[in-house]
Amino acid sequence: MRAEKIHLDGNAAGGVLRDVFAHEMTAALATCGGCGAVGPVGALLEYGQPMGIVLRCPTCDTAVLRIVRTPSLLRLDLSGLRLLTIPA
Amino acid sequence: MAIPDATAGRLEWRVATVVDVRDETPRARTLVLDVPQWPGHRPGQHVDVRLVAEDGYQAQRSYSIASPPEDRGVALTVERLDDGEVSPYLVGELRRGDGLEIRGPIGGYFVWDVALGGPLLLVAGGSGIVPLMAMLRRHARADASARAAVPVRLLYSARTPADVIYAAELERLADPPAVEVVLTFTREAPVTWTGYRRRIDRAMLEAVIWPPSAEPHAYVCGPTVFVESVASLLVELGHAASRVRTERFGATG
Amino acid sequence: MAQQPFIARGFRARSARMVDAPRLPPGQYETNDFPVLSAGPTPRTPLSKWDFTIRDADGRSARWSWDDFQALPRDTPVVDIHCVTKWSKFGTKWEGVSVDTLLAAAASQGVGAGAFVVAFCDGGYTTNLPMSDVTGGKAWVAFGYDGAALPPEHGGPARLLVPHLYFWKSAKWVRGLQLVPTDSPGFWEQLGYHNRGDPWREQRYHGDP
Repeated sequence: MRAEKIHLDGNAAGGVLRDVFAHEMTAALATCGGCGAVGPVGALLEYGQPMGIVLRCPTCDTAVLRIVRTPSLLRLDLSGLRLLTIPA
Repeated sequence: MAIPDATAGRLEWRVATVVDVRDETPRARTLVLDVPQWPGHRPGQHVDVRLVAEDGYQAQRSYSIASPPEDRGVALTVERLDDGEVSPYLVGELRRGDGLEIRGPIGGYFVWDVALGGPLLLVAGGSGIVPLMAMLRRHARADASARAAVPVRLLYSARTPADVIYAAELERLADPPAVEVVLTFTREAPVTWTGYRRRIDRAMLEAVIWPPSAEPHAYVCGPTVFVESVASLLVELGHAASRVRTERFGATG
Repeated sequence: MAQQPFIARGFRARSARMVDAPRLPPGQYETNDFPVLSAGPTPRTPLSKWDFTIRDADGRSARWSWDDFQALPRDTPVVDIHCVTKWSKFGTKWEGVSVDTLLAAAASQGVGAGAFVVAFCDGGYTTNLPMSDVTGGKAWVAFGYDGAALPPEHGGPARLLVPHLYFWKSAKWVRGLQLVPTDSPGFWEQLGYHNRGDPWREQRYHGDP
């Protein structure tokens, strides 16, 4: 019997995020567009693999970042993200 | 030759060479890699590993770096999951001289370095010990005054003594009260064991860790259920959520 | 210029590929597992609160409680399923109510027609389908798998089952169908997956013919 697949976190998305933003992103602070909670991208809850990456707010489960890579494009949905603060 | 900036710019996939393999436990093996143009790394970071088969089939996984930045070569410790796809290859098939495609180092949140200070609290569940070992090894290589400024406590939950990765080295690094290593076994312990024999709970944490007033930097790593249980206990005990950093390991391997 | 990928010596996929090839859509391999893929946390809707709704563009709807649903005629389809992540599983056994049955009942209650549907689910997941892909015996709302109640991680209490399309269209934790006049991309479709998703034409991504 297989255990239920559990979510991971934004750390696991670190490589893809680096591709998208050309910058290390797990320490960036994300402000959730759903509830306003602020926390590191590394602490967001990761779902959706291997179809894509869905990073959700640990407080309210709003999808803060969604990333899908197809052979012809990389699409990023940031509609659940109010603010992103990337440390220098 | 310009060294790539560690935090900016895309990461390239590079083919590393396996220069050493070391069995740690019956299920876990350390691979030491020579990575061309490796920019260095910080304790807690990981690499992505990509395997491509001859028919084009691809699999990709992330593995934490076990070695401190001072070491030559990048060490990954991989635990074999029986129904895994990548871990049996890395632990069973890969040998010295083989190439391995990796990308990294990755991570900016679940990292510790001496400059961040302490006290340093490390809580490991199973193979979650790997990135925390990089931190412990970095601490051990720091100069005496830096080490003195950062006391360390490691609480490591393993199923049985045979599952303890780096057992001999942990015994060597333990140096109470400056560096405390506490093990707990959840499935089976030696008859003579006088230590903990259960899953990490509130009472164990209270006995082992510093009070919130000490403001330790806490790093919790292991399976998702373990990490979430320990992290919420730490917050319940009064530690600031912002000082509790988490890294969840997956069950797919 | 495309770079030759580095081939990992001695590495191959865990599952044998090209087994029973005619039964496998292009690019797929057979698995005996049933991998779980979710876009979000597993909802835990109690049956006492569960309902299923078919709603048209004017807001007219037909609704079934769990008990109503259990009283409907049910099928036990045995089907092959195909995930866009390349695994296929043969001969999966389900129990559920045909979408044809639900649409007919809804029509008899005055719910209008629609050329497309959007399946909506607990947790907010959506997926879009042409009406022709959920009618004519091609789709079910399934609450049983392999002789037992559908487990939560696989979509229980009930999921949509549309086995002739990639399995992301078989929406987990489904709570209803919204009938719409035009195609309305759902969760994965908005992110770049194909609007229809026919595995036999390898319609994985937006832009695939």
